Amino acid sequence: MKFSVTVTLKKDVLDPQGKVVQNTLVNMGMNNLKNIRQGKHFEIEVDENNETVAQKKIDEMCKKLLVNLIIEDYKINKI
Amino acid sequence: MKSSVIVFPGSNCDRDIAVALEKMQFKNKMVWHKDTSLPKSDLIVIPGGFSYGDYLRSGAIAGKSLIIDEVIKQANSGCLILGICNGFQILTETGLLKGTLLQNKNLRFINRDVNIKVVNNKTKFTNKYKNEEILKINIAHNEGNYFTDTNHLEELNKENLIAFKYCDEKGNINEESNPNGSLENIAGIYNQKKNILGMMPHPERMVDEIISNRDGVNLFSSLLN
Repeated sequence: MKFSVTVTLKKDVLDPQGKVVQNTLVNMGMNNLKNIRQGKHFEIEVDENNETVAQKKIDEMCKKLLVNLIIEDYKINKI
Repeated sequence: MKSSVIVFPGSNCDRDIAVALEKMQFKNKMVWHKDTSLPKSDLIVIPGGFSYGDYLRSGAIAGKSLIIDEVIKQANSGCLILGICNGFQILTETGLLKGTLLQNKNLRFINRDVNIKVVNNKTKFTNKYKNEEILKINIAHNEGNYFTDTNHLEELNKENLIAFKYCDEKGNINEESNPNGSLENIAGIYNQKKNILGMMPHPERMVDEIISNRDGVNLFSSLLN
């Protein structure tokens, strides 16, 4: 079973990289751009058939290593 | 006094700190991250560098290495722990120190000598410094922008858990003297029991007049006191 995990900085944490990317795109003429937040993406395959159990395992991976809960939020999606 | 320096793949200040410790008469041992036991130590140092190439987040992988369980055990029984630069990042990833180190506000790696002020000199790490003494210490990091939640920041202030703050040469603590965007110019913090110090500046680089200055010496002599 495969899952994707998206990790982003919490909304009140400054994201200087996102800001620089945003400013560059605006400078390139992308005028309708409102906001960019940069994040990380993981694709995780687990050897498990029960989706609830698998989700729980992925959630544990996020909490224990993949995500710094002080500054980051995450979303898990089945793919 | 006995010390241990933990070495990770990618550590690059481990020998510098060993030289500084030995110069200050510590009996030092190097400990590989895959070891599961520590030699008897009064001080454990987590050195600077780029452990695991800063993969995932600075210090994240090293923070889960085999030796860390032992470091946590020793820390909880009162052993002195010093984390410098990447070592500070690792200590926050283990949870021994609260908060985290974000990327520098200017998005650049900063390597220069900066001024820091000793905020609390009544600790095992700083008792040989004068209170509010201004030191010139080298920083070399990309993620040194200290961040924590408001409750913890309040606790840091209330319990005198801030060790050093970035300042200018006259001791002014303001935005201009903040190299990396750290909350309240924080350069180093203690845990609640003040037996763990995490700091971004490198005191081990400042123990010899010939190559830099001696502003880091008193940190080590405080520990020997």
